[in-house]
Amino acid sequence: MDLVTSILTITIRAGTSLVLATIGEILTERSGILNLGIEGIMLMGAVTSFAVSYYTHNLVLALLVAAGVGAMLAAIHAFLSVTMRANQVVSGLSVTLFGTGFASFLGQRLGPASNNFRLVGLKGAKFTPIIVPGLSDIPIIGAIFQQDLISYSMYLLVPLAWFFLFKTRPGLWLRSVGEDPKTADAMGIDVIKTKYRYTIIGGMLVALGGAHLSLSYTPGWAENLTGGRGWIVVALVIFSMWNPARSIWGALLFGGINAIQFRLQASGTTIPASFLNMAPYLGTILVLVLMTWWEALSKKVGGPAELGNAYMREDK
Amino acid sequence: MKMVFEKRKNVSIGAQFLVPIISFLISLLLSGIMLAVFGSNPFTTFAAMFKGAFGSMNGFSETLVKAIPLMLTGLGVALAFKLKFWNIGAEGQLTMGGVATAWVALFWGNGIQGPLLLVVALLAGCVSGALWAGIPAFLKTRLKVDETLVTLMLNYVAILFSEYLYYGPWRDPKGYGFPGSAPFPENAWLPRIAGRAHAGLFFAIALALILWIVLRRTRWGFEISIIGASPKAARYQGISVERTIMLTMLVSGALSGLAGACEVTGISHRLQQGLSLGYGNTAIIIAWMSQLNPLAVPFVSLIMAGIMVGGDQVQLMMGLPSAVGTVIQGLILFPMLAGSLFTEYRVRWIKADRKPVCVEGGA
Repeated sequence: MDLVTSILTITIRAGTSLVLATIGEILTERSGILNLGIEGIMLMGAVTSFAVSYYTHNLVLALLVAAGVGAMLAAIHAFLSVTMRANQVVSGLSVTLFGTGFASFLGQRLGPASNNFRLVGLKGAKFTPIIVPGLSDIPIIGAIFQQDLISYSMYLLVPLAWFFLFKTRPGLWLRSVGEDPKTADAMGIDVIKTKYRYTIIGGMLVALGGAHLSLSYTPGWAENLTGGRGWIVVALVIFSMWNPARSIWGALLFGGINAIQFRLQASGTTIPASFLNMAPYLGTILVLVLMTWWEALSKKVGGPAELGNAYMREDK
Repeated sequence: MKMVFEKRKNVSIGAQFLVPIISFLISLLLSGIMLAVFGSNPFTTFAAMFKGAFGSMNGFSETLVKAIPLMLTGLGVALAFKLKFWNIGAEGQLTMGGVATAWVALFWGNGIQGPLLLVVALLAGCVSGALWAGIPAFLKTRLKVDETLVTLMLNYVAILFSEYLYYGPWRDPKGYGFPGSAPFPENAWLPRIAGRAHAGLFFAIALALILWIVLRRTRWGFEISIIGASPKAARYQGISVERTIMLTMLVSGALSGLAGACEVTGISHRLQQGLSLGYGNTAIIIAWMSQLNPLAVPFVSLIMAGIMVGGDQVQLMMGLPSAVGTVIQGLILFPMLAGSLFTEYRVRWIKADRKPVCVEGGA
C-alpha cells in the first residue's frame, strides 16, 4: 500500500468518531440547543460499549447500550436547558464533568475481580476492517473500501442527514425551531418536543462516536480515551457551518492531523512528541479563528439564530 | 390549574443560599444510590470520606493543600463567569503559571538573592497565567472568536508544553529518569503552615476578600456586572466592553497562574507531572456553586477539596475507585442548574380556564 493511501485509511478511521459526533451535534444545535456535554457523552459511550463488548462479545448490544447511555445524558441536558431554562453552556459543561467522572468511575469498577475491577488493559470484541475485494486495490480511493462497519454506515449517514435536514418537512421544522422558535410555535410546531427529540438523537450519535473509539480505533478502555475529541467536535460543527455534508471535511482534516502525527512518530522524527500532540488543539484554534474571520468578511450568519437561548413562551 | 413562570424582579436571596445546599444534598443522595447499586454501603463510604478529609489534623492539612489551588482557580473562573466569559481554561492558566514560576526559581537563582527570588517567581506565575488567559480574551474582543473552545484547547497545549519541559530540556539530570525538573533552591520555597499546607492559603483568603470588596465598590466591578447582564446596555452607557473583558480576563488568568505558582513553590518544589489534578475543572463547579460570589468561594472550595481527599481515602481504605469524589462533584451541578430556575423565576399557579391576561416579566 502506498503512503497516501495508508494515511487516508488511518484518516478515515480516525475521522469516523468525529463525523458521527459532529452530525449528532449539528442536529442538536439546529434545534437551538448548544450541547457542550459531547466530551462527557463520548467517554460514557466509549466505556459502556467497551464493558458490554468485553462481557458479551456482542457488538450490536454494545452499540445499543452506548446509544442508550448517550440518550440519557442528552436528556439530562435537554431537561435542564429546555424545561428548567438553565444556562446551556454551564449545563453542557456539567454533563461533561459528570460524564468524565462517571466514565472514570466505571472504568475502575466494571472490570472483573481478576483485573482489580478495572477495565484498563482488557480486550473485548472489536470491529475489524472489512476489505472490499477489487475496490480496495485502487490507489487512494481504495482507502474508502477498507474500513469497519461503523465507518461504512457513516458513509450512508452523511448524505441521509443532509437530505433529512434540507429536503424533508421534519428537517425544515427542525431548522425553523432553531432559527425562530416563536414563529415555529405559532405555526403549530411543538418547539419543546422538537428540542428534546434532536438533543437526544444528537446525544445518541455522539455516544456512538465514542463507542467507535473503544471498539475500533483504539480498542479497549483507557482513562480520558477521547483526549478532547468532544471539544474538537464543537469546533467542527462551526467548521461545517451546521451542514452535515460538510462535516466530512473537518473530520478529514483532523483525522488527517492524527494520521500524520502517527506517521511522523513512527518514522522517528526529531520534533518532540509533546509538540506533535499539540497539533489537533492548535489546529482547532486556527480553524475557529479562520472561520470567524471568514464569517465576518462574507457577512454570512453562521449558526442557528436562536442557538443557546432558552425558549420561554411567557417571556417577551 | 396551569403552571406559569414569572421572572423575578430581584434574585431571591433565600433561594441563593438554599439552592446550593439542597443541590449538594441531592448529589450526595444520587451518588449514594450509585454506590449502593455497585454494592458499597453509601453511609460507611461517606463517613470514611468525611473522616479522611476532616477527621484528623493530617487529613485536614491535605484538604487545605487541595483547597488552596481550588480557591484561587475558583475565584478566577467566577470572575470571568460574571462577565459571561466562559473561561474553562483555568487548568492551562494554572499550568503556565507553574511553568513560569519554575523558570524563575530554576534559572534566576544566581541573580536574585534571598526571599526576593520567591516573590519574583510568584509574580512571574501570575503574569504568565494572565498572558495565557489574554490569548482567548484577545481573540474574543478583536475577532469575536468563541472563548469556550479556545480556553479549553489551550489547556491541552499548556499541559503538553510543561510535559515537554520536564521530559526534555528541564529534566533533572540527577533524577534517575523521573519526569520532573531539578528541585528549586530553598529560597524559592513557599513557607508551610501545617503539614503540607502552605502560605498560599493566606493569599487565597485575602484575594477572595479583596475581590469581593472591589466588585462591590469600584467602577470596574460595576462595569462587570452591567456587561454580564447585557453587553448592549453596557455599550449604551459608554462602557468599553472590550477593555473590561480584557482586563477581567487578565486578572482571572493571574489568579489561576498564582495557583500554579503556589503549587510548585509550596508543594512539589519542582516542575513535575501531575501539577494540576483537574483543579481547573472543579473550579467551574466551585464558581457556579458559589453563585459567582468571591466570598463563598473559599468555603465551597474547602468542601470540594474534602471530597477530593475523601475520594483518595476510600480508595486507600476500602478499595473503592477514587473517582467517587469526581462523581459526587459532577452530580452537584445538575440540581444546582435545575434550581436556578427558582432563583430567577417565581412559580405561579393559574386557573386553566382563565387565560393569563398579562404576566409581566422583570426584564
